[in-house]
Amino acid sequence: MKNQFKGKFGQFGGQFIPEVLMPAHKELEAAYEQWKNDPRFIKELDYYRRDFAGRPSPLYYARRLSKKYGHKVYLKREDLIHGGAHKLNNTLGQALLAKYMGKRRLIAETGAGQHGVATAIVGANMGMTTQIYMGVKDMERQRMNVYRMELLGAKVIPVTSGSQTLKDAINEAMRDWVTNVEDTHYLIGSVVGAHPFPSIVRDFQSVIGIETEAQIIEQEGRLPDSIIACTGGGSNAIGIFYPFIDNTEIDLFAVEAGGMGMQSTKTAALHSASLCVGEDGILHGARTKILQDPYGQILESCSVSAGLDYSGVGPQLAYLAQIKRIKPRTASDKETLAAFHELSEIEGIIPALESAHALAYLAKAADKGELGEIVVINLSGRGDKDLESVLKLEGNK
Amino acid sequence: MRIADKFNELNRRDEGAMIAYVCAGDGDTPGIVHTLVNAGADIVELGLPFSDPVAEGPTIQASIQRALDNGMNTDRYFAMVKDLDVNIPLLVMTYYNLIFKRGLKKFTADCRDSGITGIIVPDLSMEESGELEECCIDNEIDLIYLVTPVTKGERLDSIVSRSSGFIYLVSRLGVTGARDDVAVSTKELINRVKTDIPKAVGFGISSREQAVEIRKGGADGIIVGSALVDIIGSGHDVTNRLDALVRQIKSGLK
Ligand SMILES: Cc1ncc(COP(=O)(O)O)c(C=O)c1O
Repeated sequence: MKNQFKGKFGQFGGQFIPEVLMPAHKELEAAYEQWKNDPRFIKELDYYRRDFAGRPSPLYYARRLSKKYGHKVYLKREDLIHGGAHKLNNTLGQALLAKYMGKRRLIAETGAGQHGVATAIVGANMGMTTQIYMGVKDMERQRMNVYRMELLGAKVIPVTSGSQTLKDAINEAMRDWVTNVEDTHYLIGSVVGAHPFPSIVRDFQSVIGIETEAQIIEQEGRLPDSIIACTGGGSNAIGIFYPFIDNTEIDLFAVEAGGMGMQSTKTAALHSASLCVGEDGILHGARTKILQDPYGQILESCSVSAGLDYSGVGPQLAYLAQIKRIKPRTASDKETLAAFHELSEIEGIIPALESAHALAYLAKAADKGELGEIVVINLSGRGDKDLESVLKLEGNK
Repeated sequence: MRIADKFNELNRRDEGAMIAYVCAGDGDTPGIVHTLVNAGADIVELGLPFSDPVAEGPTIQASIQRALDNGMNTDRYFAMVKDLDVNIPLLVMTYYNLIFKRGLKKFTADCRDSGITGIIVPDLSMEESGELEECCIDNEIDLIYLVTPVTKGERLDSIVSRSSGFIYLVSRLGVTGARDDVAVSTKELINRVKTDIPKAVGFGISSREQAVEIRKGGADGIIVGSALVDIIGSGHDVTNRLDALVRQIKSGLK
């Protein structure tokens, strides 16, 4: 069920990119193959993960949440990782790889700003020039993260094209990369894009699942019955799912943003649920499930959380959904906000709005009996970045 | 008209090809195409607008957005092309998702039925183009591949061997957009590509001087996009200015 052959997951994945970027993808693939098992690379990455990022992150037994929903609920605390989200797992790995490849400049796209911040952190730490593309709509709703990136020495470039959100930031980063491909690494922020990105990002994020496996065995003496993760591009989801994929007794729930409803207008979906209701198509270098109109124009997506607001999804997740190994689900904006408050109030943890989608699904499914006894939820990030937009949404009440 | 016939005709006259790109649905497209052809454009590349055009710079992005806002879509595109009354090769330039969504067979059949004889897909790599290539062969349509300053060695050879119609030489690293010089990489690329198929250079060409230099460098044609689209976007004296620019650039290819 894992990689079938290079760069394809069933019919999904591949390399649908301009010719000018092909040599860079080949170079990256070769470098990754060369370094990923090299003791020096592994040692350096371990050092960064442990002493800089703060890994392993705890697997926390959430007592009051468990009591409320009648399940044993564990939270994988990626919110405690440096930078406040799982995103650093990927940026550390890729930036180190870029450094080994002799690249001096990093570019990245960002939606919520979390990936931008995580890239700015590694850029500063490893002494690389860093430029972050961000839709102006996202810059408005994530102002604190813009300032954080700037503090960290990165340059944030406002993207005014298209829907002015994540997909347009990716377009703009790709345009930068075609121009500066020789000295620049495009540090993509999720398991999307052309091969080898979906596999590289998955591998760097699978540290989440590998730790979870050991931690749950230690605490419960057995594996969980289900795992829930929010899904935008899908990196925190596949990161925690990956080591469990071949064990079909464990149910894997990928929760997408249900936004304001499952309908679409002519040019925009009111949600971001590409796994649940998207169709086969090609976006940002890969064949995957995307939100599109009958002609193949990409629909804008919508979500209360900028980090899930994306019209596509990683190709491996599209494949795993197609073969019914993972269960795509949705949580609406409203359900998400309720979960955001709930975790804050009963566990003393303010979750990222993205992660609150996974928590919302616990609330939705708790009575349905589909979750089993032991449930692990990937708490992909913390919610400090979201306070301003939640305040605004709820009218400062 | 097939692309090869046009290049043969131009070869006999010892002329380089002036290939004009405009985006369908931005402005009065049939009128614009006639203006381009009357002014001496040898081939017209008609963009089918896509919402996420990663290979385009700001000028063509804006044109694509206007076209989409005007309601251009794949059905209307083919209907419009069918009604065009011009005797030159017409090519479609678009992104792969629009072709994929329509279905490769249907898209290429629609091309044939409406008079399109070539397809350019800037986000389709050689690795993924096999199926479309077969459909193109079935419908007697040329699939035009792009090569770039970083395309080298065996990779360059395979792309060249799979190209038909002409080979699109991307003049420099970057997106589309008008420039006023010719990069060193352009001339190197022209020399590096060894083939009997015509070579046309695009990305950044906007003037007669560039046309002359590229023609001297050994190319069989040039592709002009953003400079024309700029005029269309301005909305100001469009017909006369397009006519003048095409004539001026074409004069550098004779
Ligand atoms: C905290 C958090 N969780 C999840 C996501 C969604 O990304 P992915 O689906 O790749 O995990 C983001 C994206 O910015 C995020 O910041």
